[in-house]
Amino acid sequence: MDTAAGAQARLPIRSDMDLMWVRQHVRQMAAALGFGLVDQTKLVTAASELARNTLVYGGGGTMETTPLAEGGTPGLRLTFRDEGPGIADLEQALQDGFTSGEGLGMGLGGARRLVHEFAIESSPGAGTTVRVTSWVGRPPLRREEV
Amino acid sequence: MPEQAQKTSGSPTPEVRDFLRRRREQIAQRWADEPLFRSVFTVSRDEAVEAGKSVVDALAQVADAERVEDPDAAGFAAVREQLARMGAARSRAGLSTGQVSTELAALRPPVENLLLSDLQGASADHTRASVTVLNVLMGTLRVVVMQTALSEGQSLIDRQRLQLLEVATPVIKLWDGIVAVPLIGTLDSARSQVVMETLLETIVEQQARHAILDITGVPAVDSLVAQHLMKTVAAARLMGAECIVSGIRPAIAQTMVHLGLDLGNVVTRASLADALGYVLHQLGVGIVTPGPNGAVPR
Ligand SMILES: Nc1ncnc2c1ncn2[C@@H]1O[C@H](COP(=O)(O)OP(=O)(O)OP(=O)(O)O)[C@@H](O)[C@H]1O
Ligand SMILES: [Mg+2]
Repeated sequence: MDTAAGAQARLPIRSDMDLMWVRQHVRQMAAALGFGLVDQTKLVTAASELARNTLVYGGGGTMETTPLAEGGTPGLRLTFRDEGPGIADLEQALQDGFTSGEGLGMGLGGARRLVHEFAIESSPGAGTTVRVTSWVGRPPLRREEV
Repeated sequence: MPEQAQKTSGSPTPEVRDFLRRRREQIAQRWADEPLFRSVFTVSRDEAVEAGKSVVDALAQVADAERVEDPDAAGFAAVREQLARMGAARSRAGLSTGQVSTELAALRPPVENLLLSDLQGASADHTRASVTVLNVLMGTLRVVVMQTALSEGQSLIDRQRLQLLEVATPVIKLWDGIVAVPLIGTLDSARSQVVMETLLETIVEQQARHAILDITGVPAVDSLVAQHLMKTVAAARLMGAECIVSGIRPAIAQTMVHLGLDLGNVVTRASLADALGYVLHQLGVGIVTPGPNGAVPR
């Protein structure tokens, strides 16, 4: 496909400025796919969290955006990849308030609550891949489902 | 028939020029719906239309100079920066050079359709000649964008961003002892450092007791932005000023809740006006409708 929302794209994440482009790109794709304003904002915010982790902890990497369609429902998948040190204790990293740096420790757990599907793969020394997906018009997950 | 023959015997380039001038508005309107313009000018469609018009003007000028094949034609000068920015924006959004070129190519058909409808009744030869001129001109435009986007796009963006950092942080005095900072755009670490310094300086200068941080113009609040806001609030508090955060839009409020962020014990208000009203109330200042002679008691 050739439309603004239709193309798969891979963006570099190497600097603060790249984070800005990541947010812009996600905003544009989400809008073009038909996500409402609230869902656009959620996706952009989740992308911002994950991309910053890729930059700060992963030492840089990429975000891939993939437009999806499932039974007529459009969706958007974002895949963040880095080849950094990886995460030894995933459960701890996902906990609200845990940070190994100077953050609030809300990024990973928060991003998980902002999307419909969340998958993380990481092992020490092998880098980190986080994949999130949201669908147009689907209600948000309830707390207990997360 | 002789009249038609005479009308079509001249060079088609001036005709294309006149067409561009005549149809300026319609062309710009159609371009505003094409992916290239739509995705670069996301905030306002009017902006896309205005940008489109200046490109049409440039094309008309190039046609006027009979330089339709020349990417260095003087007519392109006025839009070179704008085109560079557009091209660079697209490539930074992840598009390959080929994809940017395809988006540029998509600008041609809407113009061609308009030209064809204007040429209804003209001879086939004349129509063909005019369309060819237009195609050459649009091809040249494509070359101009690719050239400029590749060469200056990135450094241009970096430069403008730095400028923005410096100018986009005014602190406004709203009332004796009340200052406001309308935050616009991304609140990254560099920006928020500038905001904090400017705000603290102003608080001292104005002996302000209240500061309103208005985030109506901030597109997203993630954990880092929230952290910056809270640091700014804490620093202002140390200087003796109480902060109020206003302009948290509904979409952002919902997102913050899901993200698990709250601004602690910071007072928040829906709008800058509400925040000002709140502070005035705190200060015991009443707003009274002016009397018949226009005097406002204060
Ligand atoms: N891509 C990554 N590579 C290595 N470690 C990571 C990565 N992403 C997250 N982590 C680890 O998980 C921890 C928690 O991440 P999270 O995003 O929740 O919080 P934070 O980034 O520390 O703070 P915040 O995002 O609230 O500003 C991080 O402190 C870091 O140790
Ligand atoms: Mg984080």
